[in-house]
Amino acid sequence: MDWKGRDVISIRDFSKEDIEFVLNVAERLEEELKEKGSLDYARGKILATLFFEPSTRTRLSFESAMHRLGGSVIGFSSASSTSVKKGESLADTIKTVEQYSDVIVIRHPMEGAARLAAEVAEIPVINAGDGSNQHPTQTLLDLYTIKHTFGKIDGLTIGLLGDLKYGRTVHSLAEALAFYDVELYLISPELLRMPKHIVDELREKGVKVHETTDLEGTIPELDVLYVTRIQRERFPDEEEYLKVKGSYQVNLSILKNAKESLKIMHPLPRVDEIHPEVDKSERALYFRQVFSGVPVRMALLGLTLGVL
Amino acid sequence: MPELKIEVIPEGTVIDHIPVGKWLKVVEILGLTKPNGGTLLIASNVPSKKLGRKDIVKVEGRYLSEEEVNKIALIAPMATVNIVKDYKIIEKFNVEIPDEIVGILRCPNPNCVSNHEYVVPKFKVESREPLKLRCHYCERTIEGDEILGNL
Repeated sequence: MDWKGRDVISIRDFSKEDIEFVLNVAERLEEELKEKGSLDYARGKILATLFFEPSTRTRLSFESAMHRLGGSVIGFSSASSTSVKKGESLADTIKTVEQYSDVIVIRHPMEGAARLAAEVAEIPVINAGDGSNQHPTQTLLDLYTIKHTFGKIDGLTIGLLGDLKYGRTVHSLAEALAFYDVELYLISPELLRMPKHIVDELREKGVKVHETTDLEGTIPELDVLYVTRIQRERFPDEEEYLKVKGSYQVNLSILKNAKESLKIMHPLPRVDEIHPEVDKSERALYFRQVFSGVPVRMALLGLTLGVL
Repeated sequence: MPELKIEVIPEGTVIDHIPVGKWLKVVEILGLTKPNGGTLLIASNVPSKKLGRKDIVKVEGRYLSEEEVNKIALIAPMATVNIVKDYKIIEKFNVEIPDEIVGILRCPNPNCVSNHEYVVPKFKVESREPLKLRCHYCERTIEGDEILGNL
């Protein structure tokens, strides 16, 4: 498929072939980066990062990716310093910014904002998170990390732990994993179970799905444990948050019964759901995940700009 | 058993095979809650071979647009629409749920961008039986009463 000008809004818009293609391009770029330090595929191109809500990691990762591709970056990291505060519509902001740039990355607190931006803009738009809906580049870097570590995705047993109700990263990761031959354990407090429509969809697609609240009993089954933060800011009700706060903590003691090869992932930031003592263990993959963001985002920027 | 007689209309639209109790929603959707010059005839809980019991709405002097027909399909997927001229049915068709529902249903997700920006709400039909729609913007799915409540 022709990637030039394509928007990256939702993992639902991707086929398995698309995903594999991006992962392969990212791998190639990672190799090239190792050899040359930086590349110049995007020389003269400008990325606009429109972060209507804060996200240091994702923003820096996109900026780093664009710089490593030889391009440059403009943008803002909170809506409070923009004309949005004066009441400007999202559509007008996008139409303005596209006059200054070649590709837009948007993070917005409202679900569907990236889709709307893509409909308005003539240039490619990449979704860096829209409310509790999608975060497709996080999903691609998660898949990239798993593939890089295990050499494959098929055949793995993967546990998703924590806030499966509001966590957009686990929603899109689960949807993407449905393309592969994996077994999924959905581990969460009852209050934070994966939405039923996603579980139904996974089962319809033939994924073997288990829903459980028992982390300790499930750990021995897993090749990957993907941990998520219980996100206070997504709860409509503080009392509901307090009921589930601190439900799980992954520490060395709970990992005693795990397979030797078990790896732990986390989209970060974490609060207390992974004890820092786990960081030094061979199992900790979350900082490698952060690194993966750069080649994957380089691939997406380069492909949508049509320079790769 | 004596046959139920419902007055014929000289011209307009007859919406037949509405599920029992849904006539009020049809009247609301078509904006017939205020008089529009023509007669409005409603029959509820009428015996029906197809549905067992049904509602019928007859609107004098009004023809339905495709958008209106689509709206009716969401609450009465078995409905038939009869176009009447000079006391004769000149056209008859079944309502059909289209692949996309555009502009007639609000997204129930309060954080969906379509509820905040100048956007025409759009839904993709994921399943017709039971009816399940997915918001084009926030990607949430809605079913049953949530659909009816947001028409």
